[in-house]
Amino acid sequence: MEPGEASRCLTGASSTIMEFFKQTNIDWMGKAKYFFALSGALLAIGIVACIRNGGLSYSIDFKGGTLITVGFAQPPSVETIRHNLEALGLGDNSIQSVHDISNPNANQLQIGLPVKSEGAQALDEGKTTIIKALNQSYPPAPAGKIDINTATPSVLTEYLTSKDPLSLGIAVGDRYTQIAQQITSFRDNKRSGIIKDLVDLSNSGVPPQAVTSLQSGFYTGPFGEPTAEIVGPKVGAELRRQAVYVTLYALAGMLVYIAIRFEWIYGVAAVIAVFHDVLITLGLFSLFHQYFEISLTVIAALLTLVGYSMNDTIVIFDRVRENNRLMRREPFADIVNRSINQTLSRTILTSGLTFLTVLVLFLMGGPALQSFSFALVIGIVVGTYSSFGIAAPLVVAWNRWQGPKVAVSSGSAAGNKPGSPKRVTA
Amino acid sequence: MNSNLRWKAIFVAAVILLCIYGLVGLPDFPTSLTTVKQNLSQRIHLGLDLQGGTHLVLQVQVNEAVRQETNQRVAQLYGMLRDKNIASDQPIAVSDTQIKVSNLAPDRISDFRSLVSDSLQDWDLTAAPGEVNGYLLTMKATVVSAIQERTLDQSVSTIHRRVDQLGLREPVIERYGQGDNEIIVELAGEGDPTQAKTIIQAGGQLEIRLVEDPHPYASQAEALAAHNGILPPNTELLPGKNEAATGSTGDSSVWWLVSNHAEITGRDLRTARAQRSTERPPYYAVGFNLTTDAGRRFGPFTESHIGSLIATILDHKIAFSPATIQGRIDDSGQITGTFTEEEATDMALILEAGALPASITYLEERTVGPSLGADSIRHGVQASLTSLIVVLIFMVVYYRSAGVNAVIALLLNLLILLAALAYFSAVLTLPGIAGVILTIGMGVDSNVLIFERIREELRAGKSPVSAVDLGFKRAFLTIIDTHVTTVVSAIFLFLFGTGPIKGFAISLTIGLVANLFTSVYVSRMIFDWHLAKSSQQSELSI
Repeated sequence: MEPGEASRCLTGASSTIMEFFKQTNIDWMGKAKYFFALSGALLAIGIVACIRNGGLSYSIDFKGGTLITVGFAQPPSVETIRHNLEALGLGDNSIQSVHDISNPNANQLQIGLPVKSEGAQALDEGKTTIIKALNQSYPPAPAGKIDINTATPSVLTEYLTSKDPLSLGIAVGDRYTQIAQQITSFRDNKRSGIIKDLVDLSNSGVPPQAVTSLQSGFYTGPFGEPTAEIVGPKVGAELRRQAVYVTLYALAGMLVYIAIRFEWIYGVAAVIAVFHDVLITLGLFSLFHQYFEISLTVIAALLTLVGYSMNDTIVIFDRVRENNRLMRREPFADIVNRSINQTLSRTILTSGLTFLTVLVLFLMGGPALQSFSFALVIGIVVGTYSSFGIAAPLVVAWNRWQGPKVAVSSGSAAGNKPGSPKRVTA
Repeated sequence: MNSNLRWKAIFVAAVILLCIYGLVGLPDFPTSLTTVKQNLSQRIHLGLDLQGGTHLVLQVQVNEAVRQETNQRVAQLYGMLRDKNIASDQPIAVSDTQIKVSNLAPDRISDFRSLVSDSLQDWDLTAAPGEVNGYLLTMKATVVSAIQERTLDQSVSTIHRRVDQLGLREPVIERYGQGDNEIIVELAGEGDPTQAKTIIQAGGQLEIRLVEDPHPYASQAEALAAHNGILPPNTELLPGKNEAATGSTGDSSVWWLVSNHAEITGRDLRTARAQRSTERPPYYAVGFNLTTDAGRRFGPFTESHIGSLIATILDHKIAFSPATIQGRIDDSGQITGTFTEEEATDMALILEAGALPASITYLEERTVGPSLGADSIRHGVQASLTSLIVVLIFMVVYYRSAGVNAVIALLLNLLILLAALAYFSAVLTLPGIAGVILTIGMGVDSNVLIFERIREELRAGKSPVSAVDLGFKRAFLTIIDTHVTTVVSAIFLFLFGTGPIKGFAISLTIGLVANLFTSVYVSRMIFDWHLAKSSQQSELSI
């Protein structure tokens, strides 16, 4: 970066300030062809990945089907489970272990089934069968005992009230309800849903008599209460349609707002840039399709990146609008360059901090937010780049094509009327 | 401090206090840390993805209700034609919304027309295509959609009444989506939804109908053959249990030919309860009482049909072998069968809560295990806090005193966001947490925009006072543009999105509005206060 002419010593400041970026003087618009080439290459990578992988990989939200996530006390034998599923007629299953960076010992499996045609059977038949297969993969439960890992608070309350280990008699009140809740919240919050040994319950703060009593009526099952997602075929198609429409509506809304506040070409350039961001992000999803899939939450992330990229573009356009009023005689490309340079430190600071935020989310947010934060990590980089690499050059190119010099007609401070650009003779 | 500034400070302090009160001061005034925690957990509602529970999407087959209405009108029309001695073929329902009357006596057509226009205003009368004296009655489209609408609303309230009796915490039952007759049911903390699902789906559609043919048939084909391949008009075949078959070896279903309209429906019940079966001990039965109105209809009906068979039909299946009417029945009856006490209690609950006006199918079922919810919330909160702390530290290091402004603005932004979520009783979901994180990002952006602009103005040689003034003025335009654009897209997400997308849009919109207030109004106030306080007007730590 070339050092700018402005001094680091600010008038009136009592001491030196911390500043990463001095005023720069980069010819951004002169490099537009490189930016377009880079974007073209990124888009091509996405298209190739899409063709090779047969499109994007959708989550259960969009493709429908059954997905069961279940945590085990010990690392489960995927082979046994797969064998038992096949024996029950579920040969088309997919079993994956869940990678959770922050909790590597979770022993979680995701068992998926493709969507069945509508009305053929009860929606939850797949779920019931999977749980049956899981139960068959382990030795049968001790006779007459209840599984502590799938017991609900009401089951525990009922058991404790009937046994009355604290000899409370009629003075019981809701004491056992409290204890039951203590146990389930200990199991779910402190032990990831699985108690491996009933003795462990004494760490939950439950009275020892209650623990002793539970030991005679309960056993520790090999897996916890599963999380189940079952989406019928109709819902998936409907959601897919809806997601596309929501995105298009949101884009149209933004286009109109920018067209009103600036000029229509600014709105068009911003929307093209945002489209470019979404396509590149989707391309990367396709490239890494075995790790990340498109779910409803990812759609929320894509919309976030739309908003974020738009935000970045508007900051630059806003400066262009302002500088245009001050420097009417200069070539439009210079005005745009100046505007990007002036907002550069803000752009890098904000993008850097936001990038940091989503990176933390990506690393620490757990499996449920992984695809979501991946979309944002990519989106923030691409969204920042497209503001100066795509949106601004497009406006400059349009102006060059329109005539020797076309500037934003400067109206009141709040903005300009939409309409054709006004020619300003130099 | 000038008075303008003082009023601003009082206003900001009031907002802060109001938010804190809204978050932890309700419903009980906090006296200890535990009540603060309790209040907080009551005020911020967690979505199912965070607290665990079951989410069901179901579809109401509204056209069944339309069909039922048509069938009742067919019976009514038949009765009226007979009363007025208008000769014709028996009216039949040709579709869900159409009735056909063929071969009307040509000299009575004007009587028929006036009868239709007097008693069946909801129907359009047209000539049946290809028939000389045949007419087609078509239900008006507005009436059809009114029935569909009513059916959907009744389904929601029926499911509500049923689920309420299960004693679950704050169940959510409401219409869902746009125009596909869908209902969403959310049951917090319910890990295994099997019982709830059975109770919701049980149609509870009780009907008592006349049996038109005293013989049961082993199959539909056999029944058809016995009637020369065509069922008599206004009858249908329904399956029932073959009580003679023992165990699982024999074919356990038989088919009965019954009338297609009901003499008594679930709506005619006043009460229902489980009771020991008088006919088949040790099984249980469901006893019921009819409303006075229904009793007035049922009395004469049974009297005139002594010796005929009637069938009790539950959800389009014959509940037990049809019984012969022995005498006039006015008020009460019993559904016998081989119920256990539990089954009988559930069924009485369902019958009393009212029948679903049409059957339902499940489209979607999601159960979040309680431990996964706990994991997600821990991850989400940890990630949010970590990134917040990193950002705050950076702001203070990079912008020094002005960075403290940003810290105050960001924390206040979060406080307002949470309080607003509590106030609107919005639900905090996992994508909602993501929305909160994005709000932090936008908050940082606003502050950076303003501070960089102030620095620029200082660089250009402006005095601190005018630099702050110009910095805020110029950055404000940009901030408005960026925020409005994002809010515009968030509004679309809210209007057209479902579930997680909606939760995200809510958090984001509230966060952005709060951000306008904190990063522009509050931060400006702190700057002004700082400038007014400092004796040398030239000092600004930014």
